[in-house]
Amino acid sequence: MTRPVTTASFVGALVLSFVCAGAVLAPYVAPHEPDARFDRFLNGPPTPVHIFSANGWARAPFINPWVRVNQLEQRYETDHAIEVPLRWFSGGRLVRSGDEARAPLFVLGADSFGRDVFSRLLFGARISLSVAVAAALLAVALGVAIGGIAGYAGGTTDTLLMRLTEFVIVLPAMYVLLALRAVMPLVLTSRDVFVILLGIFAVLGAPGVARGVRAIVRSERLLDYAAAASSLGAGHARLLVRHLLPSATGFLAVQLTLLVPSFIVGEATLSFVGLGFPDATPSWGTMLHEASNLRALADFPWLLSPAAAMFAVVFSVNLLLQRASASPLDRTRLTSI
Amino acid sequence: MIGRYVVRRLVFAVVLVFAVSSGSLLLAVVAPGDFVTESLGAGVTAETAMRARERLGLDRPALAQYGHWLGRAVRFDFGRSLAYDRPVADLVPERAANTALLAAAALLVSTVIGVPLGIVSGSRRGALSAFVRAISLALVSMPPLLTSLALVFVAARTGWVPIGGMRSASANATSAADVLRHMIVPVLALALPIAATFERLQSQALNEVVHQPFVLATLARGVSERRVVWRDGLKAALGPVASMYGLIVGSLLSGSFVVEMVTAWPGIGRLMLDALRARDTYLVAGCAAAGTIFLACGTLASDAAVALINPRARE
Repeated sequence: MTRPVTTASFVGALVLSFVCAGAVLAPYVAPHEPDARFDRFLNGPPTPVHIFSANGWARAPFINPWVRVNQLEQRYETDHAIEVPLRWFSGGRLVRSGDEARAPLFVLGADSFGRDVFSRLLFGARISLSVAVAAALLAVALGVAIGGIAGYAGGTTDTLLMRLTEFVIVLPAMYVLLALRAVMPLVLTSRDVFVILLGIFAVLGAPGVARGVRAIVRSERLLDYAAAASSLGAGHARLLVRHLLPSATGFLAVQLTLLVPSFIVGEATLSFVGLGFPDATPSWGTMLHEASNLRALADFPWLLSPAAAMFAVVFSVNLLLQRASASPLDRTRLTSI
Repeated sequence: MIGRYVVRRLVFAVVLVFAVSSGSLLLAVVAPGDFVTESLGAGVTAETAMRARERLGLDRPALAQYGHWLGRAVRFDFGRSLAYDRPVADLVPERAANTALLAAAALLVSTVIGVPLGIVSGSRRGALSAFVRAISLALVSMPPLLTSLALVFVAARTGWVPIGGMRSASANATSAADVLRHMIVPVLALALPIAATFERLQSQALNEVVHQPFVLATLARGVSERRVVWRDGLKAALGPVASMYGLIVGSLLSGSFVVEMVTAWPGIGRLMLDALRARDTYLVAGCAAAGTIFLACGTLASDAAVALINPRARE
C-alpha cells in the first residue's frame, strides 16, 4: 500500500533535503571559510539584502556595510550611503559581497570571533549530520545483529542478549553518555571525538532496535514461509538474512529516522557542555556553546541559529513520520537520548 | 503475588544501583588523569603531586581503591568528595532534591497543561483543536536544550523572570516565592515538550475511545456529551498517559541535566558533570547511584500507577 503524499510530509522532506544539500555543498554555498575571522565585525549583526536604493529605484541586490559605533558594547549602525553589490558565482562561491574587506556578507551575523555564523552553520551541518547519520546506521546494524541472533536462536542466547539490552535501556542514558565521554581525555582531535561519539551513540541506540528486531524475527520464524524455506534447504544464516530480516525493513527505516535527530541533539548537548568537539571545529553543538554566555544570548540572538536549524531538522522528521508511525511513544524518543 | 513482584523489582533495582555506581567509580579511576592533576594543574612538582595522591589514597591500584570504597559503601559510608571536602552522603541528596523538585514540578505542569488540552483536541474538531495540534507538534520537536535556550532568551530580553540559578543573592533569598520565580524558566523548559507529548497521546487515546459503542450507549441514555467526554472518556483514555510516565522518567532525568546546564540550576546533573571533570571519584559514584535510584523509583511508581488504573496489567 502506498501512502498518499501529504503536504506535511512533503514540507518535511523538502526542508530535510535543503539542509542536506546545504551540508554537502557547504564549500560552494557558504560565503566564507568557517574559520575566517573578520576582526572589525565581532558579533556583527546580519546584513539585510536590499533591492531598493536610497533614492527609491530598484536595482540588483546589494547590502549596506555595518559601521561600528561602539566597540565596547559591539553596537553597529547601517551606513546607507554605501551600497555594495552582491557578486554571484565568483571565486567558486554562490554569492559573496562585492567588497569582502569593508562589507562582508553575513547572512546570519557574526560570532564573537567575527566568524560568519551562516558559513559555520553549513559546515557545522556536515559534522553534526554525518556523526548522527553514521551513528544511527551503526546502531541499527548493531541492533539487527543482536536482535536477529537473539530472535533466531532463542533459549539462553536470547535471554542473555535481551538482559543485556534491558540493562542498557534502564541506565540513565544522559549520565552514561557523560560518563563515557568524560573519562576520555578532555582534549581530543575532532576525528577522535567523532569516533568516540559514534561508538557511544551506537551502544545507546542499539538496544531499542535489537528488541524490536528480535520480536519481529521471533514471530516471523513461526510462519509457514519460514518452514518452507527451511525445508527447501536454506541454512540458518540464509533463512535469517534473506527471509526473516527483510520483514523488519519498515521498522528499521522508522528507527533510523528516529535515531538521527536524537543523535544530533546528543552531539549538541555534549558539545554545549564542552565535552564534544573542540571549540574551533564548527558543529551545531560547538556553535551553541558560543551562545551559552547569557549576555551574548540576549544581545546577539543570531548566535541561536544552530538551535533553529536543529528545530527545523527534528520538526521535519516529525512531519515525515506523522503517517509512517503515528505513535507519539516513538516520537518522544526523538528528544530523549 | 504482588508482593513477590515488588520484591523482584526491588532486588533488580539494588543490583542496578550497585552495578552503575561501581562501574562509574571504576571508569573514573582508570580514566586518564586524576583529581590531583585536574585540581592542582600542571605547575606542581612531581613530589607535591605524589604526596597529595598518597594523602587522598589515589596512589593505590584501581582495584584496591574500588575495594576500599566498596567495603565502606556497604556500611552506607560513601566517602568524601575530594573537590568539595564534604561527605558524598551529604552533598548528593542535597543536589538530588533540587533535581527532584525540578522534575516533579515539570511532571505536574505538563500533566496539568497536556491532558486537558488533549481532551479538548481529541473530542472535537475545529480551529482550536488544529491550533493545539500544531503547537504541540512543534513542541514535541523541541528537546529541552532548545526550549531552555529559547526561554532563557525570552527571559533575558524581557526581564520578566530570573534566567538562572535557584535563589537570588539578595537578603530574603530563602523565601519560597523566590525559588518559585527562579523555577519558572527551568520547569517550563522541561515541561513543555512533555506536555506536548501528553497532549498528543491523550488526544489519540480519546479519539479512539469516543468511537467505541459504550460512548454511544451512554449518549443514548441521555448523558450530556460534555459529561461523557470528561468523565467516561477521560477514565478510559488515562491508561496510555499513565504508562507514559515510566518512559518519561528517563527523559526527565536527561532533560533536567540539560536544563540545569543552561539555567544554572544546582541539580545532580551539574554535580555529576563537575565531578567527572575533576575526577572526583567518590562523588561520581554517588551521583551515578542517585541518577539510577531516581530512574528506578520513577519506573516503579509508574508501573504501580498503571496497575492501579488497568487491572489487566497486574501480573
